[in-house]
Amino acid sequence: MTLLTVENLTLEFDTDEGRITAVNNISFEVNSGEVLGIVGESGSGKSVTAKSVMQLNPSNSVYSSETKILLEVDGESVDVLALRGGKELRTVRGGSVSMIFQEPMASFAPAITIGAQMVEQLLLHKKISKAEAIKISIEMLDKVGISDADKRFKQYAFELSGGMRQRAMIAMALSTNPKLLIADEPTTALDVTIQAQVLDLMKDLVVEFNMGIIFITHDLGVIAQTADRVAVMYLGELVEQGSVRQVLKNPTHPYTQGLINALPKLDDLDAPLTPVPGDIPSPLERPPGCVFHTRCALAEPRCSESIPQMTNHGEGHSAACFVTAEKAEAL
Amino acid sequence: MNKKPIISCRDLSVHFPIGGGLFERKQFVRAVNNVNLSIPQGSFFGLVGESGSGKTTLGRAFLRAVPITHGEINYSDGEKDYDLVDLPKKQLKEFRKRAQLIFQDPYAALSPRMTIRDIIAEPLEVMNLTSSREETDELVREMAHKCRLNLEHLRRFPHAFSGGQRQRISIARSLVSNPRFVVADESVAALDVSIQADVLNLLKSLQSELGSTYLFISHDLSVVAHICDMVAVMYLGQLIEVAPTRELFSAPRHPYTQALLSSIPNLDPDHQSDAQKLKGEIPSPTNPPSGCKFHTRCHYVVEHCKVVEPLLEHPESSHDVACHRWEELMNIKEIPVANLA
Repeated sequence: MTLLTVENLTLEFDTDEGRITAVNNISFEVNSGEVLGIVGESGSGKSVTAKSVMQLNPSNSVYSSETKILLEVDGESVDVLALRGGKELRTVRGGSVSMIFQEPMASFAPAITIGAQMVEQLLLHKKISKAEAIKISIEMLDKVGISDADKRFKQYAFELSGGMRQRAMIAMALSTNPKLLIADEPTTALDVTIQAQVLDLMKDLVVEFNMGIIFITHDLGVIAQTADRVAVMYLGELVEQGSVRQVLKNPTHPYTQGLINALPKLDDLDAPLTPVPGDIPSPLERPPGCVFHTRCALAEPRCSESIPQMTNHGEGHSAACFVTAEKAEAL
Repeated sequence: MNKKPIISCRDLSVHFPIGGGLFERKQFVRAVNNVNLSIPQGSFFGLVGESGSGKTTLGRAFLRAVPITHGEINYSDGEKDYDLVDLPKKQLKEFRKRAQLIFQDPYAALSPRMTIRDIIAEPLEVMNLTSSREETDELVREMAHKCRLNLEHLRRFPHAFSGGQRQRISIARSLVSNPRFVVADESVAALDVSIQADVLNLLKSLQSELGSTYLFISHDLSVVAHICDMVAVMYLGQLIEVAPTRELFSAPRHPYTQALLSSIPNLDPDHQSDAQKLKGEIPSPTNPPSGCKFHTRCHYVVEHCKVVEPLLEHPESSHDVACHRWEELMNIKEIPVANLA
C-alpha cells in the first residue's frame, strides 16, 4: 500500500543572497512496511526533503505550486502542505509521522525526565489517561531493549549513554504508533558496535509495526543493510532510484558509481581509492543542465545545456543521465 | 619493517582528575593506561578504537600536549633524541618543530580572519624557521602547490573554501615546517565520501614524498585498512592488538577486533553479516572493569578473564594481542575474515 506520495517536490529558501534551490523537482513514494533509503552528501537536500513531509522546514522555505505531498491516514489522503496551525499539523508531527534525529542529546529536553517527555507527547496525540500513557511509555522503553525501563523512565537524558539515548528516542517516536518514521542519520553519532545494535532494533521494529521508514544517511553500507529501495540525491536532484540491489550492485548514474568507487572497501585492500574529482558546487552556483556535469567523467556538451530526465532501466530502477541511458538502450 | 622506532612509549598512563570538590572524592579518568607502543620510522601507523577508548589522548601524549601521569616516551628521528616526559621548556619548543598535529574539523581549525597565506605561514613565523619574508613565501607557495592550492587561493579567506579544500589548507599548515612526526586525528571524519578519498590519497603521497612518520587516528576501520601499514586497536585506554594491517584485517586475534570488523555494514545487500554483535557499551574509564577490560562485553569470557588482566603478548614478532584465550579461539571457531584478493 502506498503510504506517502511525493510529487514534483521543489523547495527554495528565501535568503539575503537570493533564492537558493534546495530541492528541485523530485518525486518518490514510500509503501507501508518498506524502508526507503535516501543517500547523499552534505548539501544534497536529503534532510530538507524528509522534513518537508512534516512541514518542519524554516519559514523562509517556498514550495513550488506543482509540489504535492500526500499521506495516507486511515484510508484518507491528506495533503500535507495544506495543513495549517498546530492542531492540524499534529497529524504529521508525531501523529502519523514521527522523526528520529541524528544527535539524541540535542533532541531530548535536558531538564525534563525521559518519561515526562514521552508521556507529554502521548497525551497530546492520544485520548488516554496519564496512567495509561506511563504504562505505554515504559512498555516501549522495554521493547527497544532498555533494561530497567521503569528506572530509566525517571532519568534525564544526560544519565543515559549514547546508544541508550538513541533507543529511548526510537521508543518515544514509536509510542504514538506512527505510520511513517523518518530517521535522519540515526546512527551517525554512534560507534560501529552500537550502530549494529540500533540497526538490528530498527529492522525488527519495521516488521513488527509494519511502518514505512525514510532512512536518511550518507553511509552506503548502512543503506545496503537496512533499506529495501534507495534514492540517491545530489545537489537537490534525485539522480538515481531503485531497489537496493539494483542501485548498489548495478549503479547507473555516474555519481552513484563515483560514490561507490570512492568508498574504502574492506574486502579489497589493494583497490585504489578513486575520489570523485572536484568539489560539490555551492547551492548559490548551481550548474546549468545536469547538476553533476562539473565533476562527471562522462560529461558531454549537452550535459551542461539541458537537464536529463529520469530514464527507466527496468523494474523500478531509474537514473537521470543522458549518457548512461543511451548506453543502456544500445545494449 | 624493522626500522628503528621514531616514537616509543613504556607503561604510559594519562589520567585526568575529575570531581574532587569539598565533599567529593577525587576520581580519575584513566584515558590511557599502561600503554607500550613503538611506531617505526617512516610508517603510516593507524590507531583505531571507539569513542572514549583514549586514542586521541594517546596521540596528544606523543606530542606532549597532555600532562603525562607516568611512564616513558622517547622520540628519536635519527637527528635528534628527546625524552618527552622529562623535557625542559626550551627543548620542548625544539621538539614541536619536529612534530605536528592535523585536526579533525577543517571548519573549526582555520581562523576566519586570516588569509590562507597567513594561515600556512604561521607555524614558520612562530617557530622562527625562516629568516626573511621571501623565504617564508617561497616555502608557503611550495607546500600550497603540493596540496593543490594555487596562488589565487593564498589571498583568500577560509570562508571561500569547501570542506575538502579547507582540509588541504589545514594539511599544508601542518606540513609546511617539514615535521618528521605527524599525528592526524580523525582528519577525514568530517569530510564527505567523495572528497575523503582525495584527502587520503594526498596524505599518503605527501608521506612518501616527505618521508615523515604518521600516526593516523580514526574510528573508521575501512579507511585505516586502506592507508596504514600497521594498526593498533585501543579499548578503554589500553592497546589490545597491534599488527601489520593485512594480518590484522585477515586474521584478527582479539575478540574485540573481530566484533569491530564484523560490525561494519557491508556494501553488499545480500551479504548478511554473521556478525558477532557486541552486547552493551564501552564501560566508563573512571571505573574500568577488573581483569580484562573487555570481559563485560566479550562472548568468550571465562572466570580467569574477570580476575587477571591479559598483557599485550608477542606471540610472533609482529602480531601482538592482549587476550588470554586467543590461541584457543583461533582454533574453535570461524571468524569473519576480510578476503584479501
